[in-house]
Amino acid sequence: MQFNRKHLLGIRELEPGEITHLLDTAETFRDISRREIKKVPALRGRTVINLFFESSTRTRTSFEIAAKRLSADAVNISVSTSSVSKGETLLDTARNLEAMAPDCIVVRHSMAGAPQHLARMGNAPIVNAGDGSHEHPTQALLDALTIREHKSRIEGLKVAIIGDVLHSRVARSNIHLLTKLGATVSVAGPGTLVPLEFGELVEQGLRVEKTIEDAIEGADVVMILRIQRERQDAAFFPSMREYAVHFGLKPKHLERAAEDAIVMHPGPINRGIEMASEIADGGRSLILDQVTNGVAVRMAVLYLLAGGGHAELDEKGH
Amino acid sequence: MKLLIANGYLVDPTQGINTGRDLLIEDGRVLGVLERGQERPGGVEVLDATGLIVAPGFIDLHTHLREPGAEYKETIASGAAAAVAGGWASVCAMPNTDPVNDSPAVTRFVIEQAQRAQLANVFPIGSITKGCGGKELSEMGEMKNAGIVAVSDDGHPVPTAGMMRRAMEYARGFELTVVDHCQDVSLTAGGVMHEGRWSLILGLRGMPAAAEDVHVIRDCVLAKLTGASVHIAHVSTSGGLDAVRRAKEMGLPVTCEVAPHHWTLTDEALAEYDTNTKMSPPLRSQNHVNALLEGLRDGTVDAIATDHAPHHADEKNLEFDQAPFGITGLETAVGLAFDLVNQGIIDLEQLVRLCSTNPARIFSLKDRGTLAENAHADVTILDPACEWTFDAATSKSKSRNTPFHGRTMTGAAVATIVGGRVVYLNPNYTRITDAKHRQASAK
Repeated sequence: MQFNRKHLLGIRELEPGEITHLLDTAETFRDISRREIKKVPALRGRTVINLFFESSTRTRTSFEIAAKRLSADAVNISVSTSSVSKGETLLDTARNLEAMAPDCIVVRHSMAGAPQHLARMGNAPIVNAGDGSHEHPTQALLDALTIREHKSRIEGLKVAIIGDVLHSRVARSNIHLLTKLGATVSVAGPGTLVPLEFGELVEQGLRVEKTIEDAIEGADVVMILRIQRERQDAAFFPSMREYAVHFGLKPKHLERAAEDAIVMHPGPINRGIEMASEIADGGRSLILDQVTNGVAVRMAVLYLLAGGGHAELDEKGH
Repeated sequence: MKLLIANGYLVDPTQGINTGRDLLIEDGRVLGVLERGQERPGGVEVLDATGLIVAPGFIDLHTHLREPGAEYKETIASGAAAAVAGGWASVCAMPNTDPVNDSPAVTRFVIEQAQRAQLANVFPIGSITKGCGGKELSEMGEMKNAGIVAVSDDGHPVPTAGMMRRAMEYARGFELTVVDHCQDVSLTAGGVMHEGRWSLILGLRGMPAAAEDVHVIRDCVLAKLTGASVHIAHVSTSGGLDAVRRAKEMGLPVTCEVAPHHWTLTDEALAEYDTNTKMSPPLRSQNHVNALLEGLRDGTVDAIATDHAPHHADEKNLEFDQAPFGITGLETAVGLAFDLVNQGIIDLEQLVRLCSTNPARIFSLKDRGTLAENAHADVTILDPACEWTFDAATSKSKSRNTPFHGRTMTGAAVATIVGGRVVYLNPNYTRITDAKHRQASAK
């Protein structure tokens, strides 16, 4: 199967074959970053705009490096969301950028649905780089690439996702991706951040567990989510101290996981809160592998959306 | 001048009429109902309603006309034009304008603007509290003298039970029905859609059904305490409807309305983040829709109301979180109500009760909602067989914020008569008035 969509807005609407194709394409790009000359001409003459309405270091840099390693011209625009209400609308901003003929616009926004809004009303291919609590598709793809790298499969794995599931776009995209590819996912965290209804997010393969111990039991992969304080308008738990004691990942929890379980986190980490530092820095942690794979995944996405074309890829010997 | 609406099928539950009858009108009032074959008076204008339903003028209990203050969204004249185009002879104008209709001056302004427009009857609803602020009672008595027909803080749920009790006790003395938008805002802070599977999928903040349920239950309890007439606006949840059902069983003076979008669409309609699916109360899940349909079937629902809430395209063309709540509804409500008839959920007579008879009763609109002798000559003429597709671009409203653009419906209001004047005639039904200048000699 190929990836013939104009936009990448979320994982939910993708077919398993499309996801696999994206991952396979990313794998072919992974080597480029390991070379001395980390650049191929696949997107030479193309323009990628990174339009970020929400602060980001990792994701924005990752998209920028991905574009540059494909020889695209990357332009970064950071707009503080607070000024949006006084200034022009999201759509007007995007239309002005489109008038400069970019080949792809990468959008991050604090509000769910903002990339869908641009995709519906505008012309340029849109990549969702995270929209509110909705989706973060490239994060899920890089997580899957990392899992595949270490477990050589997704199907049949048991994945535990722990923490602020309610506000997490990373959790949503991962749940869609992992269950589509045949993994089972267990989620757990404080009741205020893990609603019981969350199990209805997907048709099968997702369980809401009462305790994080239950979720981690037998897990091949443990994903820890960041506490999204910027998306919480009120206190969802009494204190960081209490959160760390009751919901932070500690070495004793991993004893319940599979012997060769791996630990992941989308970053940035609140050390000692959602995850003990000794785990984050320990041998099971793949946090930096995730970051490395992020570049490969974003290269694949930009390549497929900004018009690289397969003939050219083959021509360049990949 | 006398006007005869001839050859139609007359449906008027107040007189138990559901058969072929002619309707004779003079000087803005009903002169009488004539049996088929009865001798018609000479010298009358005739409207030919062959094959059509003749019903007492429809009354929308819940309309936002935006004037004064937001004339770029809608004016009383444009809203009234949309109303009659949708079959509504009368609309009840919600007070959340700028300034709020919390004083007799604003009430009189609304009435005067409606008189200038000469289209639909516009009955103003006064606010419960000053500025819809939820703190101090509005001048209900003065507004009643100026012409309000009910009180409501629609869009701004009266926050405390204490305030609501005071409002009910005070309104009772003026025989004003208290209309409440039931929503516990402490449960809906930041919410933009129904809380459930789709809000989780879309990552949008949800408004749980419980937020409506607790307020409906509260108001029913307070209706018992105060004896006031309470009308629950736009019920959208199974729990809210159950509370109304129980209140009615207890004999409490509680009534309720349902808006067409709430039984027609579910929260799945938000899947593409179309802001024309954003309204409050929000589109609910299928189990709530089923409960509303059951409430319509068993008569728990008293009225169909549009909650017509126009917004400018620029306001809706934003991120979902940023767009205002509300959709237009005056021109699509009757078509969507015919869905209920076509699906066998209600019959035609019940449709007339829901859109005319009961609304008139709920707000005590004298000589409306009936075609009895001496009633106001407000008439809605319907064609149950009319298949039509709604085109938002041709809407009479100044706004276009509707999720029903392009929807095909079977059944429509094709002519609207207000005070004996034909104020709307569907261009495809000119045959109704073609007969107008003929003297009625045929039987």
